[in-house]
Amino acid sequence: GAPGLLRAAGKASFDELLKFNNKGKLTLLHFTDCHAQLLPVYFREPDTNIGVGGAAGNAPHITGKDFLKHFGFQPGGVEAYAYTMTDYVKLAQEFGPVGGFAHMTSLVKAIRDQRGADNVLLLDSGDTWQGSYTSMVTKGQDMIDACNLLGVEGMAPHWEFTYGAEQVMANIEKLNYPFLAHNVVDTEWEEPVFKAFEMYEKAGTKIAVIGQAFPYSPIANPRRMFPKWSMGIQEDAVQERVNEAREQGAQVVVLLSHNGMDVDLKLASRVVGLDVILGGHTHDAVPQPTQVKNPEGVTLVCNSGSNTKFLSRMDIEVANGRMTGWNYRLIPVISNLIPADKEMAGLIEKIRAPHLKEINTVVGKTDSLLYRRGNFNGTFDDLICNALNTQMESEVSLSPGFRWGVSLLPGQDITMDAIYTQTAITYPNTYRRQMTGEQIKVILEDVADNLFNPDPYRQQGGDMVRVGGLRYKIALGESIGKRISAMELNGKAVEPNKQYWVSGWASMGEVDGPPVWDVVKKHVQEKKRISIEPGYNLKGIV
Amino acid sequence: AIAAGFVGAPVGAARADEAKSMESIKKYMGGDAITDSPAVKIDAPIIAENGAVVPIKVEVDHPMEAGNYIESIGVFVDNNPTPFAGKYVLSPANGKAYVSARLKIGKTSNVRAIARTNSGKLIGAVKEVKVTIGGCGG
Amino acid sequence: MASIGKAKVKVKKMGDVAEVKAVIKHPMETGLRKNKKTGEKIPAHYIETVEGKYNGKTVFQAEWGAAVSQNPFVSFYIKADAPGELVMTWKDNKGGVFTESAKVK
Ligand SMILES: [Mn+2]
Ligand SMILES: [Mn+2]
Repeated sequence: GAPGLLRAAGKASFDELLKFNNKGKLTLLHFTDCHAQLLPVYFREPDTNIGVGGAAGNAPHITGKDFLKHFGFQPGGVEAYAYTMTDYVKLAQEFGPVGGFAHMTSLVKAIRDQRGADNVLLLDSGDTWQGSYTSMVTKGQDMIDACNLLGVEGMAPHWEFTYGAEQVMANIEKLNYPFLAHNVVDTEWEEPVFKAFEMYEKAGTKIAVIGQAFPYSPIANPRRMFPKWSMGIQEDAVQERVNEAREQGAQVVVLLSHNGMDVDLKLASRVVGLDVILGGHTHDAVPQPTQVKNPEGVTLVCNSGSNTKFLSRMDIEVANGRMTGWNYRLIPVISNLIPADKEMAGLIEKIRAPHLKEINTVVGKTDSLLYRRGNFNGTFDDLICNALNTQMESEVSLSPGFRWGVSLLPGQDITMDAIYTQTAITYPNTYRRQMTGEQIKVILEDVADNLFNPDPYRQQGGDMVRVGGLRYKIALGESIGKRISAMELNGKAVEPNKQYWVSGWASMGEVDGPPVWDVVKKHVQEKKRISIEPGYNLKGIV
Repeated sequence: AIAAGFVGAPVGAARADEAKSMESIKKYMGGDAITDSPAVKIDAPIIAENGAVVPIKVEVDHPMEAGNYIESIGVFVDNNPTPFAGKYVLSPANGKAYVSARLKIGKTSNVRAIARTNSGKLIGAVKEVKVTIGGCGG
Repeated sequence: MASIGKAKVKVKKMGDVAEVKAVIKHPMETGLRKNKKTGEKIPAHYIETVEGKYNGKTVFQAEWGAAVSQNPFVSFYIKADAPGELVMTWKDNKGGVFTESAKVK
């Protein structure tokens, strides 16, 4: 049975989660990258999050014990559980699952009650309509209903685009709030496709919220799904929108961003007039904003984690038409400490009811912790890669370095629901093809450069492509073409000109193999029990 | 962000075809010395979404008045089989020294923009456009 | 491409200048590409020059190279000091001449 509210250790409680040093009248609430997780889940934060080009040692590129030390948190507490992977299994058993829309709703309602609903603005940085079976089969409708009920007041997109341009336009019609993306233009006339910013009035303050879509959607996701939309960081356009908003009387200017945190940090140092960036995409859970200096002031860069695991609260004080003070907390949504909102719980039940047979199907059990997040292979990725190699009869398998997908604790059932959190996309088909050793290396090099390029504007978020069978060394300080070395397969060096059978999924081009969830399902059903030790594929980081 | 180094070493991966590009610049823009100039701004994607259609905008921060204007802008792609991508003749009638087009860029390459003033001075800038395989994400 | 030469022109006033945007349907074949099925070279067919005339006066000329994408787009500015008409003309290597115009207010 589910542990009760009293189960959680220490002084953690709902009141503790709500504790806040109030400031001013205005409150911004923010979540991001919920990836359609309506119910509480386990989500282990990364053990490896390497920063390059000066980013090392600073948020978000600190993990584990270093993270706790940096932010002054005690090991074993609720923050250690929420923000890091230290003692993960032990703390997960102690504190229970995180997030879920019903618990998030109660938290939001409590803050609205405390501050006055007219003084609170709730924003979502996107990756909201994708990541579960129900979101996939309803094409995001489940999340639209849930977000409308939660009372979201503005959003920015990324994975939303993968339902295709037409579906996106139809979905926007059903939102009770604006879909903001100033940096999307049509490929014919290079003119804006979506609303650039919304002007809100809360707590007697005019707040402009500019939406920034993930700049590399047409590269990181199949462009054929939205062939007439072009994106990019568009730094100059951000500046123009900020100026426009100020001219229209905005006292507080917010960028609701899906850039990823490193991109936001660079952008904040170059664009002037932004008070706050509420960001997502890289799924970084950072307990305090990074204060970035630019030629005319300071911009607060926040990143609010993922999977409904966190709710950001920023109280803002405004005087003489300008933001003059703030307080911030990234609140961990520890589900067992927060009562579920009845109305939201009812909606979730209704959403899931027609699909229970599929999502509740148990295909096996795990004896070890399964997770994805980290710069290199996680154990859930290893499971997917093993499934691909076994079922598709390949020597090497490739699985994308997504940052979403829930964790399973040792002893948990592997349900289809869990498998879909790792795989539910609109281009799930697998492929099997021959590639030379050189071609495999080119892929690894390309992805490594998208992740470890020292210029944040050249980083696309995500993690290193996951590999099955293969082992390699990576030299982070090198340039593209020189990072990957010592590739080996079954103890033998990979030969550049030799052909290898490679399988994978989530291809940018159209392929027609079975959807990856079927491949994983079959593999787990055959194995019955899964046990995976992490760290096989990476021979070393230089 | 990568605007430096026109006269010096080319940036990034693209250096092999620099000589070919310089030949082409000589042919279309004249053989005079080129000065690296922050006045020449290339707005190009850092990473191309589609190598077959890469939007490139060139703006030169320069007066466009009688006796003092930009008379032409040339665009060159180092690593294309033929680096010459276009030459645009302008005059004070344009009011603004700006041109935009969409180019095929087969592989990661430097893109160069050269502007010629009515007095025959050449100023230029370079920017790298990366062509990638793509995939993955957060 | 049955609609080769079909063009669209837009003029947007921005203070005392106007932004001109123009697109035209054209294959822009360089002559270097091969038909994947037959292996035969696809004959070169590309626009060589573009001209913009504003109330009869040439205000823009372009010479294009092989890098210009299919269905090419071009944009530039004009000093829009009088109402009138902007006429764009594209000429290709096979003698094709295409024009399209837009009103300037
Ligand atoms: Mn994302
Ligand atoms: Mn995400």
